[in-house]
Amino acid sequence: MNMFFQSELFVNLSYILASILFIFGLKMLSSPETAQRGNLISALGMLLAIIVTLMGNNIISYQWLSIALIAGAIVGASAASFVKMTTMPELVALFNGFGGIASLLVGSAEYLNVTSALNAIALTAVFLTVLIGGVTFSGSLLAFGKLSEIINGKPFLYFGQRVVLIIFIVLSFVLGTEIIVDSGLLGISRFYLLVSIIITALILGVLLTAPIGGADMPVIIALLNSYSGVAAAAAGFVINNNVLIVAGSLVGASGLILTNIMCKAMNRSLMNVLFGGFGAVSSSQGKESGEIQGEVKPINTSDAYLILEAANSVLFVPGYGMAVSQAQHSVRELGELLEENGCEVNYGIHPVAGRMPGHMNVLLAEANVSYDQLVEPDDVNPIMDTVDVCVVIGANDVVNPDARENEGSPIYGMPVIEVDRAKTVFILKRSMASGFAGIDNPLFLKENSRMLFGDAKESISTLVSEFKS
Amino acid sequence: MDSLFIMLLFVLILAIFLGFELINKVPSTLHTPLMSGANAISGITIVGAILSSGSDSVLLTTILGTGAVFFATINVVGGYLVTNRMLGMFKKK
Repeated sequence: MNMFFQSELFVNLSYILASILFIFGLKMLSSPETAQRGNLISALGMLLAIIVTLMGNNIISYQWLSIALIAGAIVGASAASFVKMTTMPELVALFNGFGGIASLLVGSAEYLNVTSALNAIALTAVFLTVLIGGVTFSGSLLAFGKLSEIINGKPFLYFGQRVVLIIFIVLSFVLGTEIIVDSGLLGISRFYLLVSIIITALILGVLLTAPIGGADMPVIIALLNSYSGVAAAAAGFVINNNVLIVAGSLVGASGLILTNIMCKAMNRSLMNVLFGGFGAVSSSQGKESGEIQGEVKPINTSDAYLILEAANSVLFVPGYGMAVSQAQHSVRELGELLEENGCEVNYGIHPVAGRMPGHMNVLLAEANVSYDQLVEPDDVNPIMDTVDVCVVIGANDVVNPDARENEGSPIYGMPVIEVDRAKTVFILKRSMASGFAGIDNPLFLKENSRMLFGDAKESISTLVSEFKS
Repeated sequence: MDSLFIMLLFVLILAIFLGFELINKVPSTLHTPLMSGANAISGITIVGAILSSGSDSVLLTTILGTGAVFFATINVVGGYLVTNRMLGMFKKK
């Protein structure tokens, strides 16, 4: 083969080009119009990086390599093609975990490769790659299990939780120091030292993810996303490769920003999310905050239809419940009928609605809702007084007026969609059970609230047929 | 070796700042595709995996490297395809 295409210079120039393509790809994600092209450009950058690496002259055997590439591509492509949009959080968690284990394996492979002499910096990078890769892997698998309800999705809390966590963090750093200085004081071989670090990292991932559950899942998904990037960047320091560092840092920053947005949307600090076990403690706190006055006023679909028919402005507020009952298509149909009736229709989406950042937007986009109708709380709250009807579908905590009115509430101070300020609020609910955070919602008892009991999809479909008749 | 490390560190710091600038401009509407797309990018570790798997080294390194290639490929291929699928759904009337 042509010498130039295998030269160090060509390979590195290609890596620079790949980095530029990643950056442009992410930049084009800033608008829904260019986003899909941006993703393709980013994929092109990845393809380029893979091809030049495969062509490089230090690759001597393609036998196993090609099997792994083909098998991985088949698994990845089929998972991506068959996943339902409602189960997207699980898939992202799973892919994220695979990224983590890949970094862990790269770090381990380089460490155990006797032909490469690693200096202290590279050894530190090996330690960080294996540690963060391991935490990402086990943490993501646990998150996957919780989201797909293979295991209990509730926060798992136990006595001495922080002490156990600190012990394992200290242990990992003792092992990390030994891998770098190689003092022999621990009396274990290089191989077993690495194995100990991997086991510690896997345990740490479980310890960090187990206490988080329910409505806090978007935070941990975003955080694990960030970790997978950091692990890739650390692997870049192991093999002295710029493209790993650039791409890894971009992902690390992205995950961190999303984590921060999620925490802000819940008015909580990251520390509180990671160690608080919000969903487990708040149910008792909520009951202490005093009796709520008022009564629940049910409404039937015929009456709801008459109110909607007369409305000039309707805001749908979806939550995870909409995803569970698969009501998004019926909701879009009702929205279109309302628009034909001369009504302004929007969809108010809270950043933490659903089980991952932006989950509701994807579901509504899948149901063909125009993306300019998807609005954020900051845009919709100032004009809430002009909204005739708010239709709350399977959302609870993100519309809870306690966040503004009840200082004793665990969600006090959280930015919410202030649906109770609309002229009328319809709340679609199966029954009077409380939301995921396990706290009472005084919205249901407000003067302008009407409860539309039953399956959300059925209720909406009935409204649709009322409009059509 | 130290100058190489400083150069890599330099790249790291600049890339982190660039990442913050880029991602802050992504609207919340696109946060799910952003996550899955970023996830696919984190599969860049496949470059390191290919080098471990295909180069002339001890058997253990080849085995670990090959495993890494498998997982990273799932991450890359699956991540980009699912992001593409999602973004194709965002339409304006």
